[in-house]
Parts: sequence; structure tokens; C-alpha cells
Amino acid sequence: MAHDHGDGDPPGHSHLSGPAARARALETVLTQKGYIDPAALDALIDTFENRIGPRNGAQVVARAWADPAYRARLLADGTAAIAELGFGGMEGAHLSVVENVPGRHNVVVCTLCSCYPWPLLGLPPNWYKSAAYRGRVVIEPRRVLADFGLHLPESTAIHVWDSTAEQRYLVLPERPAGAEGWSEERLAALVTRDSMIGTGRALDPAAVRP
Amino acid sequence: MNGVHDIGGTESFGPIVPEPDEPVFHEPWERRAFAVTMAVGANGFWTLPMLRHAIERIPPARYLAASYYEKWLEAAEVMTLRHGLVTRAELDAGAAAGPGPQPFHVLSAPEVGAMFVPTAEAQPAAPAPARFARGDAVRARNLRREGHTRLPRYVRGRLGRVMAVRGVLPLDDATALGRTELQWCYTVAFAGPELWGEGSDPNLTVSIEAWESYLEPA
Repeated sequence: MAHDHGDGDPPGHSHLSGPAARARALETVLTQKGYIDPAALDALIDTFENRIGPRNGAQVVARAWADPAYRARLLADGTAAIAELGFGGMEGAHLSVVENVPGRHNVVVCTLCSCYPWPLLGLPPNWYKSAAYRGRVVIEPRRVLADFGLHLPESTAIHVWDSTAEQRYLVLPERPAGAEGWSEERLAALVTRDSMIGTGRALDPAAVRP
Repeated sequence: MNGVHDIGGTESFGPIVPEPDEPVFHEPWERRAFAVTMAVGANGFWTLPMLRHAIERIPPARYLAASYYEKWLEAAEVMTLRHGLVTRAELDAGAAAGPGPQPFHVLSAPEVGAMFVPTAEAQPAAPAPARFARGDAVRARNLRREGHTRLPRYVRGRLGRVMAVRGVLPLDDATALGRTELQWCYTVAFAGPELWGEGSDPNLTVSIEAWESYLEPA
């Protein structure tokens, strides 16, 4: 297979230009030549910055905590259950939800790139895409979780889900005690992004203002 | 390809430092580069596995040093140059000099609006009955692939068990070469010590998704 370029500088740029200038040049040329529509770019940015993100996933988790029948459907067929709440599409068409219970903890990674359940969590944080997380979490998850302040005893079984094909994973965190009778909206405020990746727990209800 | 991207099991990168209240994009150019890469991908000149492979082929030192969207930008440059959508002179000048090949499709704003609407995906017809069933003992084959693959190095040759039969999907290895090859895909679980050896965490399971051709009966 032919190489596109050597091991030196990135292709298609001048030595003085940083990524901002290169990105601008690429966008300008592609727009002028009719390959990309500026309105689609604006829609993409708005969608990924504002329309999708962890609040979607939190809604799913809160529903599962509040409604045992929904929880059962969610664990049986994640894709169908999130569609009930209007979520799905790109990077969410093959969704599995894995449940954290006492003694058994789930955590999600994509060691090969950055696969992530976009409709529910949006774009991943930098640490999720980092060499440190991708390299370490499959071999020493307990130490990785400790980096997040989550200390699990050796007796807790850990399952690491490496997203290597189309399946995307959402962790259903344990429902914290102290939120009995809360509405779904209040429950959702306890659900953090990291608790749905498996690198954190849901917030303590006592720490959240009513 | 045994690239630097295939990084699972590498321990030497130090602690993970999450950023509190991290924004979706850190620099204005990152959101532009992300959107441009997504939009130009819809032109139909290449597939997502081809783009991924362009990222994987960034030389290791730069792959590890570059930010995530620097890698996206570089891969977008590589793909648009390779397919003749842009020329190096045009990128250097920041202006178009002449026409390129006709796109198969140009992504529109309404299509972006439909991107996250749940739709029932048609399940492709199975090319053959599934070779494996839930509970089967399998071994990840020790495969040599020069191009793109989604079989991580850390499972090759290791014994696992089928946890789920996920359905029939195009094999990314083939899609990266411009071919469509439908295969059954499975979730396969491996015990930590089977992957990492003596002295490793005994209470660990790691699972991957594996296309049928990645597996053999054990």
C-alpha cells in the first residue's frame, strides 16, 4: 500500500500554518468547490454542541430507575427502549445497556479509536480518547477508576466493554439511596456522564440542591 | 495493521486527568474541522473505516502527540487529497483553483436534523447461519491484516466465550478496502488472566465485538 506522506509534517499545509489555518483552508476550498454546504456545517455544530449530550442519557437512566418495566425493556433491547424516548440514529442504532449492581461494575472504552453512544452522551471527553485511558482501562481498570476517585474493592467484578464494532454501550449506574419518591427530572440531575461510562457513580442526593 | 492506535493493554501513559466542565470543543477550529470531516464524508468518496484507517496511519510519534481533532483534520486532508477533491496547492493557497470530481451527494442541513432520529435499520440477510451461539468457547484468531481491522492485538490467540450474537454487519476490514462483506458479529468475553497473564486482576472480564472471521471454535 502506497504511503500518503512521510513521517514528517502533516500533508497539505505550509510549515507556518497551525491547525486553525489548515482547517480554514480545507473548509474554504471544499465549500468553494461545492463539496460541503455551509448550512449543513452550522447544523452539525449546533447538533453536536447543543442537541445531543449526557442529559439525554440521564433521561434514559432516570426513567429506568423510576419505572421497573422500562428498566427491563432497556436491559433487554437498548436500541428499542431509547427509541421510546426519541433517541437513536448515528452511533446509537445498536445500543446495549449494562447495569451496575453491588459487586459487579461495568465500564466502557474504545481501545482502537473513540466509539461512543453519540445520541445519549454526545461527543466523548478528551480523556476517553486519550492513550492513557484506552491503553490502561482494559488491563488495570481498578487503578484507572481510582484516577477518577472511584475505589472498587478487589471483590468487585469488573467488566470492561471494548466497543470494536457497531455495538455501543451505556452503563446504567446504581440508583443512589436517599432519592426515594423523586421525580424523573430530579433523578436525572443525579446522573453524570461518567456514571454512564462507568468511571463514576451517580451523585449523592444529599449533595444536590432540591 | 499493527499500528499505534491498537493501544489496549499499554500501561505507561500515566494517570488520567479528567477536565472539569469540559466543553464539547476546545478551540473554534475544532468544531469547524469536525463538521467539515463529517460533511465531506457524506460525499460518498470513502467509507468511515477508510477514514479511521487514515487516522491509524498517522506516524506514531505524531499520533500520540496530536490532539484528537488534529488527527481528524490530518485524516480529512489525506482523504480529500487522495481522492482529488482538493490539491496541495489549493490547501496552501486556501482557495479553489479548479473543479474536482463530482460528489455523489452533498450533505444538507435537514439531513443533519434527521441524524439522531431513531429509525428501524433493516437487518441485512444472513449470508449463512451463525457459526457460533451464545455460550460457545471460541478463540480469537491470530490474524495478520495489513490494512484496517477491528480485532485488537491484545485478544489475538486468546480463549473467550460468546456472550451475544449481535447480528449481521458489514465487516469493517472489507469496507475499508471498498468491498462489502456481510458477516455475523458477536460479543466475546475474555477472562482478565487469559489476556494479561499471571499476576493480573483475577476479577476482570474484557469483552470485544468480533466478526465471525475473527473467531475459531475452541
